Amino acid sequence: MKKDLNKSAGIKLFISRVVVYGILIFLSFLCLFFFYLMFVNASRSNAQLQAGFTLIPGGNALKNFVNAWHDTNISIPIGMKNSFIVASLSAILTSYFSALTAYGTYVYDFRFKKVIHLFILAIMMIPSQVSAVGFIQLAFKYHLTNKLWMLIIPSIAAPSVYFYMRQYLEATLPLEMVEAARIDGSNEFKIFNQIVLPIMKPAIAVQMIFSFVGSWNNYFMPALLLNDIQKKTVPVMIATLRSADFTKFDMGKVYMLMVMAILPVMVIYVILSKSIIKGVTSGSVKG
Amino acid sequence: MDKTLKSSERKSISYAKWGYIFIIPFFIVYAIFTLYPQILTIYNSFFEYYRDGLNIIGPNFVGLGNYVKLFTPNLSGYIPIVKYTINTVILWFMGAVPQFIIAMLLALFFTSTRLNIKGQQFFKTVIYMPNLIMASAFSMLFFAMFSMVGPVNQIILSSGWADQPIDFLAMKITVRSLIALMNFLMWFGNTTILLMAGIQGIDESLFESARLDGSSSTQVFFHITMPLLMPIFIYVFITSMIGGIQMFDVPQVLTNGIGTPNNTSMTLIMYLNTFLGISKNYGMAGAVSVLLFIITAILSIFVFKTIRKK
Repeated sequence: MKKDLNKSAGIKLFISRVVVYGILIFLSFLCLFFFYLMFVNASRSNAQLQAGFTLIPGGNALKNFVNAWHDTNISIPIGMKNSFIVASLSAILTSYFSALTAYGTYVYDFRFKKVIHLFILAIMMIPSQVSAVGFIQLAFKYHLTNKLWMLIIPSIAAPSVYFYMRQYLEATLPLEMVEAARIDGSNEFKIFNQIVLPIMKPAIAVQMIFSFVGSWNNYFMPALLLNDIQKKTVPVMIATLRSADFTKFDMGKVYMLMVMAILPVMVIYVILSKSIIKGVTSGSVKG
Repeated sequence: MDKTLKSSERKSISYAKWGYIFIIPFFIVYAIFTLYPQILTIYNSFFEYYRDGLNIIGPNFVGLGNYVKLFTPNLSGYIPIVKYTINTVILWFMGAVPQFIIAMLLALFFTSTRLNIKGQQFFKTVIYMPNLIMASAFSMLFFAMFSMVGPVNQIILSSGWADQPIDFLAMKITVRSLIALMNFLMWFGNTTILLMAGIQGIDESLFESARLDGSSSTQVFFHITMPLLMPIFIYVFITSMIGGIQMFDVPQVLTNGIGTPNNTSMTLIMYLNTFLGISKNYGMAGAVSVLLFIITAILSIFVFKTIRKK
């Protein structure tokens, strides 16, 4: 009797495992399928693409790449360069200054410390689009459109990154360490740069990745701010593909352009997926 | 005693200034690039201020005129802002319902000691990936796939499911479904990981004792997992809602900014974006932004309440 029960429980477990793995494999397939098709299509010529659908890569990848790279309407190399400048500088500034601000409100005692901390938390939820109208108005008024630094400098004030850094400091930085460094005669800047920053390396790395990706993918503000082809970032260029007359395009080239837009982030993700996934949970509020 | 008091006194006086020095860059940048533009946005909302051809009209003070205009029915007989808010909520909801159901299931699968799922790292890596993909390129990819000459229609035609290609971008239901599908794909992995962390944060001994009491897994779910997960679930749900209200890239690129068909996939931010284009209608754009601000502020208060409870 008992044995039978065990056996039926075993069968039940086996069946539920099969179902669960089935669901997981199906969802993974769904997540990968469209990107796989994008890579396949990017390797096929326009004629092949018109002729029909296949899951087998064609031999036209290099030619599509050369065509995409030299397309004068899109100028993807310029876009990638601009995006790279904006994304990497934003990533550096946002993580450094958020760490600095978090350190400032954590280690030092000053009058408005609590108020300031609460203020930053309160503004965290305000959507960036709310400041967009005024931002665009000022940009046009002072002729600051098509300036990449207009997309880079604002990243110094990033409330959510501050919040993350502050939590990380609370969890990892013993205040005695700062005291000890002071006794050794280090000045405050030196303490931050040479002792605290190295401790914060993991947090800074995670935030740099997320910031880089976020800014690489950012579309709303760059689209409003950049209209000079020499200054456009990748998402803005990709969106112009959509507004052009679609049927006239060499589709192989179009797919290749999408690959070029997506691939840098995919490469980063493949290399760093473990720490990125860890970062997803540590950034949010812990229960 | 006297000496230590003195030294700590001196410390708090001499180090306080460093606190200010370290936080000053943040606040200067915030004031110039965010706060001042925000105030300007609100200020603009009370003025008639736009571009008409080469002429700039205004700024003329109109009080609540822009808000009245915002809630006035247009020539087609509907109030744009109301319609677009409803669109945004529908589009978010269509993606969020499967997103939360699937994410909840996956989170339970991954944390189940009974199932003991292998290859978790791989599955998590794959399902989280779409979250990092450039939304505008992802949307462009879907447009190419589902266009009249795209691979999906090629499959449909060659397999004989239809005699003519289906115009996915001309029908309300298909456009909305595509947007929801993309949002679902982009967000369910993220939600899974967050809910999973929530479940893992629940005291293991509670599950242990429930098992010893002979509770079924359904009972455990409804009486232990769900009630204890609730604060985190609500937090994730409302942040998803706040994100949903800001939905832009995907429908913008998929419908080329016009929310086809008949503005049924036009979202709030797309509407805001139309005012910031050539017309530079800072007045109306300001009014839309203020409304957006109010909606997110209300939602954020809920978020803070759930955090506080914890």
